[in-house]
Amino acid sequence: MLVSEINTLTEEISSLVEKYGAGRQSLLPILQEIQIRYGHISDVAQQEIARLLDIHPVEVYGVTTFYSFLNTTKRAKYNIRLCKTISCDLTNKDGIARALERELGIKFGEISSDEKYSLAYVSCLGMCDQGPAMLINNQVYSKLTPRKVVEILDQIKGR
Amino acid sequence: MPILNKAIVFKQENCGDGLQKALNMKPIDILFAVRESGLKGRGGAGFPAGSKWMLASAAQSDKKYVICNADEGEPGTFKDRLLLTEFTEQVFNGMTICGYAIGAHHGFVYLRGEYSYMIDEMQATLQQLHNSGRLGKNILGSGFDFDIEIRLGSGAYVCGEESALIESLEGNRGEPRNRPPYPANTGYMGFPTVVNNVETLATVPILINKGVDWFTSIGTEKSRGTKLISVSGDVDRPGVYEIPYGTTIMEIIEMAGARDVKAVQVGGASGICIPEAELHRNISFEDVPTGGSIIVFNNSRDMLKILENFMEFFTEESCGQCTPCRIGNKKLLDGVFMIERGECSVQYLRELISLGETMQVASKCGLGQSSPNSFITIMKHFGDEILSKY
Ligand SMILES: Cc1cc2nc3c(=O)[nH]c(=O)nc-3n(C[C@H](O)[C@H](O)[C@H](O)COP(=O)(O)O)c2cc1C
Ligand code: SF4
Ligand code: FES
Repeated sequence: MLVSEINTLTEEISSLVEKYGAGRQSLLPILQEIQIRYGHISDVAQQEIARLLDIHPVEVYGVTTFYSFLNTTKRAKYNIRLCKTISCDLTNKDGIARALERELGIKFGEISSDEKYSLAYVSCLGMCDQGPAMLINNQVYSKLTPRKVVEILDQIKGR
Repeated sequence: MPILNKAIVFKQENCGDGLQKALNMKPIDILFAVRESGLKGRGGAGFPAGSKWMLASAAQSDKKYVICNADEGEPGTFKDRLLLTEFTEQVFNGMTICGYAIGAHHGFVYLRGEYSYMIDEMQATLQQLHNSGRLGKNILGSGFDFDIEIRLGSGAYVCGEESALIESLEGNRGEPRNRPPYPANTGYMGFPTVVNNVETLATVPILINKGVDWFTSIGTEKSRGTKLISVSGDVDRPGVYEIPYGTTIMEIIEMAGARDVKAVQVGGASGICIPEAELHRNISFEDVPTGGSIIVFNNSRDMLKILENFMEFFTEESCGQCTPCRIGNKKLLDGVFMIERGECSVQYLRELISLGETMQVASKCGLGQSSPNSFITIMKHFGDEILSKY
């Protein structure tokens, strides 16, 4: 990272610490905001958060790696997460999985070479009455069909 | 997203002004009303809400907290999503009433990260409540102050367990604590804390508005009131249904348009499998209690594949803190794979079931204690079918 980038990051974390308070209980909301802005929580970010909250960096790492929605390595611009739990499974999530892989040319667990898309599975999203369901970043899509998946991806590709 | 059948408790016309009514009462009278109503926790464990509130009220402390558990991670459960979108105000009012009753001035909603798309509307409702004097300082002129903050989870099922939830709020890994002490005594930051499910809290203002007698006239002796049930799987009309306690599973799935039923999973992955022959059993604390998930399987379904899905869920969601759960769930999942490959002897299957029974007593928290339920009940009812197929 460039020094200027680190400075911006530090400023950003400082303002989050100001917003949520300098206590340990602010850790998760701060990590969540950094995750949204940068798509991941880098080593530098972890160190800066630890310094400003006055806790050990290992603690920050331990918390970050515990939660499946937080990651320490860079992710794609669009993280596509398909629910693989039972009700979506019964409504043919496998068909949706194949459609996603075909359209994006990547497999589950992979990131596209332009770092635009990643494909992963996720546990029940609470949309079981409208399965199959998936998240793209924080947005939920339900009642998926292979055709609908293509339409959704087309919309994103246009952006 | 409406309730699909005829609602009983969760109707807008029942809501009235429960908050105003509650603030006109003395805190102690609210505690008694909630206790006399027989309202039990809707999140799964079914602890009497009145007793929990009384414990927190009796605890001596200058700070107390109310937490609304909106982590709703149990597979097949989505009824809190309905309440958080359609009865948002009642959920918040329930928290405020709880705060008033126990002497807390701050509340948290712990909303699962998967529901983060709902947060803007929830914040807007909080703002409206503030603007109309129903949150903040001196609520409705009563002299009582209460604030609510929404916090997001980050994709961990175990954080629905109340002590893990508190760890998470405190900025830690969501690992369950030893209990006792219970949160009512030693909760958020060590202060007395009531943790209640969304549905439990949303029921309170309605119960106060309509009265205890009205509420106790619904349901059964030990299960007062109604339960929201999320129905999914092989049905024509999946969605949320409101039933008085004591309603049979058959009645519920018929409402949802189930046909050719093989089995029903009640209570999600951590619940139990009920075969077709036992559908006359009813939803209540006396018979089959549940947090509110019903998943229907028709005769085309392979119960072993269903079990595999559940066991995969638990191996991924176990926090790994204690051995019975971390290793046990892995062994049960491996057992499922062995059966699929035709390599599991009946002798070994018996050992796995007894391992499951050990996990039920030896695991540290409810996740590990309930994770073998589906293995045990599916093998009990469909073991022969599975072993003769594979
Ligand atoms: C693994 C696990 C997950 C849980 N998830 C939830 C949940 O998502 N929502 C909930 O209200 N209770 C959940 N519970 C139950 C809570 O620990 C607690 O009993 C409940 O929030 C108390 O509220 P109630 O008495 O109003 O039901 C879970 C328990 C366990 C063991
Ligand atoms: S039972 Fe499972 S989830 Fe609960 S503390 Fe033990 S390892 Fe963690
Ligand atoms: S099982 Fe997929 S959203 Fe619940």
